[in-house]
Amino acid sequence: MSVYDQQATRKPPISQIGAILWLRTNLFSSWINTVLTATSLYFLYLMIPPLLDWMFFNASFSFGTINFFGFDIKFSEAMATNTNCGREGACWPYIYEKLYMYTYGFYPRTETWRPNIVFGLTASLFVIIPLIKNYKYKNRVILSMIVFYPIVSYVLISGGFGLLPIVETHQWGGLLLTLVIASVGIIVSFPIGVVLALGRQSKLRVIKLFSTLFIEFVRAVPLITILFMASFVLPLFLEPGNNSIDKLLRALVGIALFQAAYFAEVVRGGLQAIPRGQYEAADAIGLSYFQKNALIVLPQALKISIPNIVGSSISLFKDTTLVLIIGLLDMLAMVGLTTADPYWLGRETEGYVFVTIVMWVMLYSMSRYSRKLELRFNTENTN
Amino acid sequence: MKKIILDSLGQSQHRGFNFRNLLYNNEARAFFFQIATLLIVIGLFYTAIGNLFENIEARGIHTGFSFLKNRAGFDILPFLGNYVVDYTPESPNLSVFYVGLINTLVVAFIGIILSTLIGLLIGIARLSNNYLISKLAGGYIELFRNIPILLQILFWYNLFINVFPNPKQSFSFFDLAFLNQRGLYLPKPIPEEGFLFVVLAFIIGIIATYFVKRFYKKKHELTGVHTSTWPITLSLVIGLPIIVYLLSGSPLQFDFAILGKFNLKGGMAVVPEFLALTFALSVYTATYIAEAIRSGIEAVDKGQKEAASAIGLSKIQSLKLIVLPQALRVAIPPTINQYLNLTKNSSLATVIGYPELMSTFGGTVLNQVGQAVEILGMAMLVYLVISLFISLLLNYVNKKMAIQGR
Repeated sequence: MSVYDQQATRKPPISQIGAILWLRTNLFSSWINTVLTATSLYFLYLMIPPLLDWMFFNASFSFGTINFFGFDIKFSEAMATNTNCGREGACWPYIYEKLYMYTYGFYPRTETWRPNIVFGLTASLFVIIPLIKNYKYKNRVILSMIVFYPIVSYVLISGGFGLLPIVETHQWGGLLLTLVIASVGIIVSFPIGVVLALGRQSKLRVIKLFSTLFIEFVRAVPLITILFMASFVLPLFLEPGNNSIDKLLRALVGIALFQAAYFAEVVRGGLQAIPRGQYEAADAIGLSYFQKNALIVLPQALKISIPNIVGSSISLFKDTTLVLIIGLLDMLAMVGLTTADPYWLGRETEGYVFVTIVMWVMLYSMSRYSRKLELRFNTENTN
Repeated sequence: MKKIILDSLGQSQHRGFNFRNLLYNNEARAFFFQIATLLIVIGLFYTAIGNLFENIEARGIHTGFSFLKNRAGFDILPFLGNYVVDYTPESPNLSVFYVGLINTLVVAFIGIILSTLIGLLIGIARLSNNYLISKLAGGYIELFRNIPILLQILFWYNLFINVFPNPKQSFSFFDLAFLNQRGLYLPKPIPEEGFLFVVLAFIIGIIATYFVKRFYKKKHELTGVHTSTWPITLSLVIGLPIIVYLLSGSPLQFDFAILGKFNLKGGMAVVPEFLALTFALSVYTATYIAEAIRSGIEAVDKGQKEAASAIGLSKIQSLKLIVLPQALRVAIPPTINQYLNLTKNSSLATVIGYPELMSTFGGTVLNQVGQAVEILGMAMLVYLVISLFISLLLNYVNKKMAIQGR
């Protein structure tokens, strides 16, 4: 009878653990996958190095003056013009020099602090609301912010009321104008959208007909036709002799009506998701139409549709760039305007890349936020 | 109305007619509320239209559609629409409308095909088990869907105009096609006499394929014997036209673009405006189509695939017969909606001057004539008709795809 010693446990083969296993299962699991991996690596090799070269290694960085939210930071005494830039790479001093235009447009340089406060307020909205999630009076805080934010912003940006010097709307531009159009568009169109959605669900034939017609018509045509209508035809609809209406206001009317139709469809989706029993129960305890909607139906419907409302607002934010077609100077329009400067001819590519980066960062973070909301509202009922 | 009053009387028999009862009667309320809305809307329209006529008169703008017959008097960037309508500056404004309409439809058509192809590719790549491919596809979607489409159009157009080489240093693809800042130069097909037969053969091939497929499908249903039809399809759709082409003595020649000293000669030039617009629209819309396709495939229950392999279907059969039909039911409606969005977004071409409806008719003609109501009305009508057509298509598809209940 032989006695066997227990053998020491052998280590797993090197191909079955760690990085090599990961590579084998995720990149080289079959010959097709190997070919695909190689092709994508080659594709990345073609794309990334030239892009990095253009953006960083061959680019000019350090001359001229950077204007950061109204504060000047000087890099060097070298004259900031096209000719000081290399030919192979990007010319970032162009962006430094025009950063003021990209942020504020023709807003007077002495009044920069006013839009700065508004920028700060806007950012703090996004920071504060998640922070006070568990605060007792959070609804009141949020509500008062929603009410005061537009008023304070309007007074600060446009001035007047004997408090601040007036800044005409044609001086507004750049990121400031983009934010103004987006936030006014959302704030004004949302109530209209809710009313339209209720109208479309209404039992009253005439109201249902008008709401449906409006929604379907607006959704069928491109925003640019509506903006053209607002800018060329709207003044003709107003009282003769008294119809010189501000260019920005015209665009805002067009955008708000356009967005209202989209919000209406989003809210209608929420309304349809409410079980019939909720409507019937509200009727049974004798609530009036307005009580029923304000207390029972809308709170639930709006909550369901929050992710889609955010999604629709993101689309609106993207659509604000269209105002450049009717001659408003938003951030995108600044590219054309600033490269018409004889010092900076032909720097459109830098301008577009800069605007792309800014827009992308804002839109991407908003879409991440909306996805987070969607997850939060999805799990609530399933757990 | 009489009925409503009578009803309210009926509810208060002991007191006779009572205004209070009328006020709290639901039907009466509904009726008055609707009348009030109607009156407000009519009043608004009446005032607006009245103001419109007064304003138009004060500004000396003409009304009516007679401007459509007037001479247009401006050049349009030569593209397909020009050749179809045979446009010259002497043509009437109505021709401009047709040129714009055709160019819009061309962009929409090519854009829909391209975006579907890219979207399919990216949507499937997103689900690949290859880590790199799936992450690249995800990166593509996140990158391009979060940049406004107008910015993308301007960016690609700027790349063409300012960054691409001049004609002398064109990118050349085997000397068949050339890409430079003036556009894409392709070989120009010149059909000769007899090419009609080739086209006819192609059409006959497609029709014949349909009947062949129907025949074998019936056979499959009756006998259970499956015949794969793709060799017959291939020979009918591609083989038949080639045979006719060779028999009739090659009636199609190509005019190749040749690199001259300063410029390219001959060939068929596709303008950069069109290329930038189509590329931007396709790339942007493809992100949404890819997401639709991905969610369609993900929506198919895992058990379906397992059941398919349990009854002995091969991987391809399972994909073709079980997974795809169910995935497409989810993926197709949002995809068709994206086609409508693409068509509407093509109106943004006005910023780069591609001669579609809103830049020629809604742009130049509007500036010359000034009759905004008529011109924008016509343009909106076109988009309304297109979107009506697409929603009819959507309804048809939804009906066709609805799960057949018993």
